[in-house]
Amino acid sequence: MTAPVLEARALTRELPGLVPVTLVRDINMVVEPGEFVAITGPSGSGKSSLLYLLGLLDTPTGGEVLVDGNATAGLSENQLADLRLARFGFVFQFHFLLPEFSARANVEIPMRRLRALGAKEIRARAEWLLDALGLADHADKLPEQMSGGQRQRVAIARALANDPGVILADEPTGNLDSKSAEVVFTMFRHLAREQNRAVVVVTHDTDLAATADRRIHLVDGSLA
Amino acid sequence: MALPLGLSIAVRHLVHRRRQTLTSLVGVSLGVAFFIGIASMMQGFQRDFVNRIIDVAPHITIKDEYRLAPVQPVEAAYPGAVVELRGIKPKEEVRGLRGARAIIDALEEMPGLKVAPTLSGNILLRFGSRDISANVTGIVPDRERLVTKLEKDLIAGSLQSLYTAANGIIIGEGIALKAGIGLDDMVSVVSPEGVVMRMKVVGIFRSGLTLMDNFDTYALMKKAQVLQNRPNVINRIRIRLDDVEQAADLAKTIEARFGYRSESWQEQSSNVLGIFVIQNAIMYSTVGAILIVACFGIFNVISTVVYEKTKDIGILKSMGFRETDIRRIFVYQGLMVGIIGMLLGWALGYGLVEFMGTLDFKMEGFVRAQGFILYRTPKHYVISGAMALVASTFAAWLPARRASRMKPVDIVRGAA
Ligand SMILES: Nc1ncnc2c1ncn2[C@@H]1O[C@H](COP(=O)(O)OP(=O)(O)OP(=O)(O)O)[C@@H](O)[C@H]1O
Ligand SMILES: [Mg+2]
Repeated sequence: MTAPVLEARALTRELPGLVPVTLVRDINMVVEPGEFVAITGPSGSGKSSLLYLLGLLDTPTGGEVLVDGNATAGLSENQLADLRLARFGFVFQFHFLLPEFSARANVEIPMRRLRALGAKEIRARAEWLLDALGLADHADKLPEQMSGGQRQRVAIARALANDPGVILADEPTGNLDSKSAEVVFTMFRHLAREQNRAVVVVTHDTDLAATADRRIHLVDGSLA
Repeated sequence: MALPLGLSIAVRHLVHRRRQTLTSLVGVSLGVAFFIGIASMMQGFQRDFVNRIIDVAPHITIKDEYRLAPVQPVEAAYPGAVVELRGIKPKEEVRGLRGARAIIDALEEMPGLKVAPTLSGNILLRFGSRDISANVTGIVPDRERLVTKLEKDLIAGSLQSLYTAANGIIIGEGIALKAGIGLDDMVSVVSPEGVVMRMKVVGIFRSGLTLMDNFDTYALMKKAQVLQNRPNVINRIRIRLDDVEQAADLAKTIEARFGYRSESWQEQSSNVLGIFVIQNAIMYSTVGAILIVACFGIFNVISTVVYEKTKDIGILKSMGFRETDIRRIFVYQGLMVGIIGMLLGWALGYGLVEFMGTLDFKMEGFVRAQGFILYRTPKHYVISGAMALVASTFAAWLPARRASRMKPVDIVRGAA
């Protein structure tokens, strides 16, 4: 039996302060490769907070996150960064593309940072990813020259650049019309089922969530 | 696309803030250019002055003076006791340098130096209705030749004619111009001793050092001794060295050995050399101030970029960029402004120096000069370049560090 790609054990995140705020409380969950998991819940229930913890962007105040069965608690900032670079792909509600770089250059950035491929292969892979997302004709455009849906697809291509085992997406379709949203979700399902990646998507669109393999519902930071 | 990732991001950040970047570029390049211009002008002048001093003036002068008052018997009897005598003056030597002959002989034993004895004193030079106070130095022309450049500095007459004329005198160009004296004119010379002598101007010299040209005259040793009423007295021994660098050390050795005050050329021109130190300090602080202002510019640009690029920093960090990767992006920007500013400044500074070189005017300060005396050396480029690079890197460092320490979760959460 192989270890799950992502596992949360008694995961808790409190914000210190005069009145401490608990963002996430005692979450236990396991995500296997090839699984497409949707996190749902009302606004302010801690969905984003949980995703940041799972993606090693935030440090829990209690419990732990395991990646490929390995503890992450003792890792240094640099080790966490390296792990994110190689194993995670992030997609946020806002596309976060670098505005000065073309679509292709944006997709190339994680690969150029990882340095696993040569310049030619990086360029070829970026074009292949954009092509797979139906953006072959837009590779040389700047983000400002593209529509919201196109930008979000570039962001997904960028998340896939280093062939990550885990895709974490926070309301990736929040700014898209229902048709584009459907395309993006089909994409995620495909990434999980056909490419055996673990995909965790935060959404409050219940129709789309219904298409996931599994739904995790949060209320006030706890599993419901 | 061949650029490293961090550098290519840095370049694009700067290109997108063209106007601000240009402003700080101008600041850096002006700082560099001014440094090169001012440094080459001031050092040119200073080196020229030092060269002339070394060329014209004796490297060491032994005077008939003592540096300290003589030790009094009471102090000798009770060394270190609580006895203090006030108002004791260093001894004055009416008889000049005693045992000058022996000193000269001893000095001539030493390798690498030439010695010339002189007697100098004050005179009043009277020509027509003009009275000019001057200094007369009694010399032995054959020895003087070895020690100073007087003979080469003559613009009229000759050193040799001191021997042939009945009472020959060589005067500085400044005196000649002031009083309208020409070669072969007869002048009356009056000494403080009351001796009056009719002398013939057999030479006029131009050393380029204003002080010398305006005050110095030369006569045969014997005539000077008569004028000062000090027969057979020598009050200066002047020394020229093969190696000028030895002057200070040797002067000390000589003073220790013979007791008489011995001054190196540095000590004799210490007032002017001291001014140079102050000049240099002013130059460095002026250029430093320009660069500090330029630094504020760079700091400002990069802080603005960091602020505007917060989202980019957030996504890059969540993507797996390390703190050093982020810091590098912004330090590169400072460095680029520094490097480009340095190169522009070099070009501008070079142009400035060449332009100053074409200016033509007469100047009379410590030295007489025609136009700027410029000193061109790669050193100025190296120093100014290093200052620009260090300053701009430092200015970028602070905002870069702040950027690198941002937490991606704070940015992503805030922007969502
Ligand atoms: N810096 C903070 N200080 C105080 N409270 C915070 C802070 N950040 C988040 N919270 C609170 O933590 C809770 C969880 O926030 P989170 O962003 O995870 O919710 P969410 O489920 O993603 O909501 P949404 O669907 O609106 O995006 C919210 O109640 C929020 O107000
Ligand atoms: Mg959220």
